[in-house]
Amino acid sequence: MGFNWGFIVKFLPNYAAAVALTVKLAVLGVSLSAVVGAVCGLVLYFKVKVVRTIVRGYIELSRNTPLVIQLFFLYYGIPKLGLKLSGEACAIIGLAFLGGGYMAEAFRGGLESVSEAQLESGLSVGLNAWQMTRFVILPQALSVAAPALGANCVFLIKETSVVSVIAIQDVMSLTKELIGMYYNTYETLAILVLCYSLILIPVSLAFSLIERRLRHAEFGD
Amino acid sequence: MGILARGDDSVEILKIKGLKKTYGGKTVINGVDLTISRGEVAVVLGPSGCGKTTLLKCVNGLESHQGGVILFNGQPLGEGGLKWTLARQKIGMVFQSYDLFPHMTVLSNVMLGPLRAQKRAKDEVYAQALELLDRVGLSDRRDDYPRQLSGGQKQRIAIVRALCMNPELMLFDEVTASLDPEMVREVLDVMMGLAKRGMTMLIVTHEMEFAKAAADRIIFMDEGVIAEESEAGDFFKSPRTERAKRFLNTFYFD
Amino acid sequence: MPNSGIDALLSVNNLTRLGQGLAVTLKLSIISIAISLALGLIYGIAMTTKNKLLYGLLKLYLEAFRVIPLLVWLFLLFFGGARAFGADTDGFTASVIVFSMWGTVEMGDIIRGAVQSIPACQRLSAEALGMTKARIYRHVIIPQAVRRFTPAAINLVTRMIKTSSLAVFVGVTEILRVGKQIIEFNMMKNPMASFWIYAFIFVVYFIICYPVSRLSKRLEAKWEY
Repeated sequence: MGFNWGFIVKFLPNYAAAVALTVKLAVLGVSLSAVVGAVCGLVLYFKVKVVRTIVRGYIELSRNTPLVIQLFFLYYGIPKLGLKLSGEACAIIGLAFLGGGYMAEAFRGGLESVSEAQLESGLSVGLNAWQMTRFVILPQALSVAAPALGANCVFLIKETSVVSVIAIQDVMSLTKELIGMYYNTYETLAILVLCYSLILIPVSLAFSLIERRLRHAEFGD
Repeated sequence: MGILARGDDSVEILKIKGLKKTYGGKTVINGVDLTISRGEVAVVLGPSGCGKTTLLKCVNGLESHQGGVILFNGQPLGEGGLKWTLARQKIGMVFQSYDLFPHMTVLSNVMLGPLRAQKRAKDEVYAQALELLDRVGLSDRRDDYPRQLSGGQKQRIAIVRALCMNPELMLFDEVTASLDPEMVREVLDVMMGLAKRGMTMLIVTHEMEFAKAAADRIIFMDEGVIAEESEAGDFFKSPRTERAKRFLNTFYFD
Repeated sequence: MPNSGIDALLSVNNLTRLGQGLAVTLKLSIISIAISLALGLIYGIAMTTKNKLLYGLLKLYLEAFRVIPLLVWLFLLFFGGARAFGADTDGFTASVIVFSMWGTVEMGDIIRGAVQSIPACQRLSAEALGMTKARIYRHVIIPQAVRRFTPAAINLVTRMIKTSSLAVFVGVTEILRVGKQIIEFNMMKNPMASFWIYAFIFVVYFIICYPVSRLSKRLEAKWEY
């Protein structure tokens, strides 16, 4: 029972396509969750009335339900109300729904870490609200939030493995399909691990590097 | 310091009338009246918790007040009057813990207000920033980050940051209180230099010798009110109130 | 209102079946959490070792779970196991094993963090008071470590409950699979079933996880110093 290299070579193009799809979903999902998270984080930080309550509810919903269920509901449940979405759209929306909640908490944490003294300092040189946000609050908040944001990115990329539940031809569903058809289980699983390692190892290394650099350049007096 | 010319003493730059400040039921400032003339150096003394820091923050709109008015050059500040963002461009403030922006170089710290809030031309601001940094002996540190500087250096930069806005009035809130003893002098020297140049200053401090040397007038606060107001020389020689006597006694061991 | 389809959900029979599915979900979660807690304690203490080789191996194990998605691990064990042992691998067992392996790593990391977070000066000042080693642990180290450990551990519990939903991939008849079966059965006569059933399952997960994560946050805020 040797390792069937021919099998691997034969299906390499399929894997390339599947990985490309996973990467695409991850990039779009992570970007969209960062946007959702940033907006929600700002709403919480600036205590925008009413909207804040909605955002809080959303964050709790997204953080306290599994992505699998969110995807099932989006893909199979929502269309019954007349809104039909493609599998890819569902996957991206699902990732953004889930990730937005986590990103919002990371952004909020960063924003709230900016000290009262820094705010007074910024105000004392005559900055208005927008200038305060742009030049004083955001730069400091982002560097504090960076490790958490990075961890969320890795977490979300890993979560993309779940999207195969809604009929998406990603690495997971390709794996399942090939195992079912050819029984080259070991080869298939080896490529599966390889695919995710190729995507995730560079990303996690990059983030731990950024984190180390930020810690090295730590602010404070 | 009465020998120094201070410009037109008759012009009132700051006039505070009946100022009241409460924090959730607790009265911190209870009816303060105070007038500062152009070119005057007024030092506010008083035990901790007497409301002197809050007074400064009210003047700069960093704390809201619940009663009374603050007039700057005859114009009321805050709601219905001169907008705080504009007022703060004319009233500089230096804090106890320096509070430089940690993510910016010295030069960016100094130039942020003039460039963004005042929207002045970059070349002009740059030249002024360098000149001011040079005056406090720190122009060679212009590209450093705050974390690379000592406390005394940071505080001198913070003063320059406020000065670069060309303020008409400077507020100093216990600016030497967080410094190691050997760094206090370098900061006080800068402030003394400002006084000599005729800058109008309202200073909260615990440095008695500095107060004696720099102040035209001492404002003694206790429990949210001005308990005594007198010429600097008179205050230290012969304080009128019992409270002031007790306060001054805590600084001497005899 | 025309047939909203909610009756697909409200039949006693269906609710009973969903309840049984939920019981499987909870059983899976609770077993995995219990194993993770026990093994995580050992793993976490082992992580404080000064032996570089042991530390390296434990760290590799940690990183493997931090990098490779859990679902991939589940596939490895489920399909790889089926291939290796020929027999039908039981999805439930595979899930318990994978969730526990992962939970052990996470729990262990929390324990390591809690133990190491206690500053050396705490131990020193206790020694300076003349306390014995046992008393230092009993009165100084452990109470502080527990305060750091508990909120994070409770938070991990919600993560593990949510993660149990992955078992649907390997054929475990947990709540989601039961939901799918009910929907398929009602496909013709009740097209709205998928909306209500999945909404119901969504709400069920929320009702279980929300109070737990709320508790974690409460404790964290309470013990912050």
